Amino acid sequence: MNDFYIIFTASLVAINCALMGSFLVMRKMVMLGDAISHAVLPGIFIAYFLSGSTGSLPILIGAAFSGIIATLIIEWFTKRARLQSDAAIGVSYTLLFAIGIILISKFGQNADLDQQCVLYGEIEYISLWLKPVFGLFELPKQTIILLSVCIILIAAVVWGYKGLFITTFDPNFALSTGIAVGFWHYFLMSGVSLTTVVSFESVGAILVIAFLSGPPAIAYLLVEDFKKMLILACAIGILCSALGYYAAKWLDVSVAGSISTVIGLVFVFVFVAVNLLKSKRDVISA
Amino acid sequence: MNLWEHITTFFSVENYNLFVISIGSGILCFAAGVVGTFTYLRKRALIGDVISHSVLPGVAIAFMLAGVKNPVYFLIGAILSGLLSIWIVDFVQAKSKLKPDTILALTLSVFFGVGIVLLTKIQHSGNAAQSGLDSFLFGKAASMSLGDVKLFSIIAIVNIIFITIFLRGFSMISFDENYAKGIGFNTTFIKSFLALLTVVTVAIGVQAVGVVLMAALLITPAAGARFLTNSIGRMLLISGVFGFVSGWIGVFISYSGNGMPTGPWIVVALSLFTLIAILFGRDRGVIARWKLRKSNNIKINNENVLKDIYKLADKGRNTLSIAQIIEKEKYRAPVLISILNRLEKNDFIDQIRGLVILNEKGKIAAREVIRKHRLWELYLSKYFQLEADHLHDDAEGIEHVITPEIEKHLLKLLQYPEKDPHQSEIPYE
Repeated sequence: MNDFYIIFTASLVAINCALMGSFLVMRKMVMLGDAISHAVLPGIFIAYFLSGSTGSLPILIGAAFSGIIATLIIEWFTKRARLQSDAAIGVSYTLLFAIGIILISKFGQNADLDQQCVLYGEIEYISLWLKPVFGLFELPKQTIILLSVCIILIAAVVWGYKGLFITTFDPNFALSTGIAVGFWHYFLMSGVSLTTVVSFESVGAILVIAFLSGPPAIAYLLVEDFKKMLILACAIGILCSALGYYAAKWLDVSVAGSISTVIGLVFVFVFVAVNLLKSKRDVISA
Repeated sequence: MNLWEHITTFFSVENYNLFVISIGSGILCFAAGVVGTFTYLRKRALIGDVISHSVLPGVAIAFMLAGVKNPVYFLIGAILSGLLSIWIVDFVQAKSKLKPDTILALTLSVFFGVGIVLLTKIQHSGNAAQSGLDSFLFGKAASMSLGDVKLFSIIAIVNIIFITIFLRGFSMISFDENYAKGIGFNTTFIKSFLALLTVVTVAIGVQAVGVVLMAALLITPAAGARFLTNSIGRMLLISGVFGFVSGWIGVFISYSGNGMPTGPWIVVALSLFTLIAILFGRDRGVIARWKLRKSNNIKINNENVLKDIYKLADKGRNTLSIAQIIEKEKYRAPVLISILNRLEKNDFIDQIRGLVILNEKGKIAAREVIRKHRLWELYLSKYFQLEADHLHDDAEGIEHVITPEIEKHLLKLLQYPEKDPHQSEIPYE
């Protein structure tokens, strides 16, 4: 049962991240997602500090606002202070992350947080906090939260698909037809922040970035159609979660680290295969 | 202990170790600030982030192979895996349709993930000597050993010396790579050498701040320095000094507030410097530019109102009521009144019982604006063959910007014209 809980939880994170990450990859904004995933730390700390060790969904949604604040800070740096965008991202996320680490090392005991957990989570111990769902079956507390967010995100992507799609692939057209490009930008960023915040306790910041960038990138190499890419990215994320978990169990290492590594290996495999096929095709057509 | 006692102990000679470590941490951060200036100027801040995350597996492998904590092995491992990450980023970018940001994020997280796997492997294998490896995550400059500090400081200083020697080449590729190539620089060599120096700097810098925050050590001081100067020499120096002071402060806080991680405090100190520079920088700072914009707005408003009054007065109304101006030009009353009051204070107009009269000085100023406007319209229609109805909006903006020198040029070029394209008269003094 423990295996199932861990793989199921990691898969939920993978789906959440694949949904958001596919849009980020096409918008060339993955590094902004990276920045947000680090910058939410002060918000997470405050959320846990206020509520003790039990991060409930409403409180975590509150914490997700810190991701939006980070986006606003980055925008202030680029637009008002006219700092080049790569530096604006680098300067802001490191500062927010540093503040988060300082808070945790000072008051972490009260909030049941520690520094390592921030980076690679505690998915190994997830089944220590089981909770009944509708009196039918039991799921770990983290998993329930992730499942709710997963439903929210799927609903949001289905509801907002048109807006997200058009502002991603043809922002100029969207702008000229009066679609609120800014709204969809923040809509997506809210989703990214929420994903990061709820994923962090189970898998940590690093796996979130690996999930945001890896499966969508692999799917993008394989298919052209964006809807197919979304679904394929989710599937790849789930596959990597399962493989990564068993590899971690076998080698007795961190699950989050192991899943990231598997994502890397799958990417290398697909990348090499795609390039080989392409060069073969080039030879034939030549 | 109070703060003062902390500071005196910090500096006392009995505390030789601490003194050396704080200076050493400062030197590491100085080197990072100097090398990072080029990272910043070449807009490669996020590559710095990738390199710093990517040194982790190298460090872990070095430990596994050597079985002991040896800084030289760590350094070699870190440099090799840092270089590998740069190579992978370039390779994947050349060979796939993926965009740079995706490749950066993926490389960074996978390298870091591999690092974590190796790190947990080492921990679970129960090797007693591994206790220090965790410090690579967030940095523990304050608890570095004296030998390490000396070694790293020497490497940092060598780095700085190399930067000084190659300053010209590095500056050239940072500002205009193609030009550098054109005048015969070996840009491939210079770029590779700069990459090597960057990786070496990151490899020693992570000892102070850890891999996650290393990007800040490279970028933050340079970003701040950019707001204070336009000269690359000064920028290097300022960001180095920012780094040094912050590195020192980080160790000090870590020492006095026991158990505090060093890295985050160094980053907070650095960011504080940079925020101050961004806000108060003399020419480029946010406040300086805000002031400039405000004074430009005042100038534009003044000139527009003067122009409007002049045009109304030209039609035979020598005295105008505020209501008449509002009716004609759609100003909001409070805005117009404050502009009029300012114009009166600067002695362009007189206001008597709600009536506005343009005086001689005001008339000259108004004619100047109208003249610039109409000259520009004429210039556009003559040299760009624009239709008469496309001229006004452009001239409306440019009339406030044309300097006396440009006006002279225009007058000469257009041979002191009398009429604009709409057949209105161009007013002279």
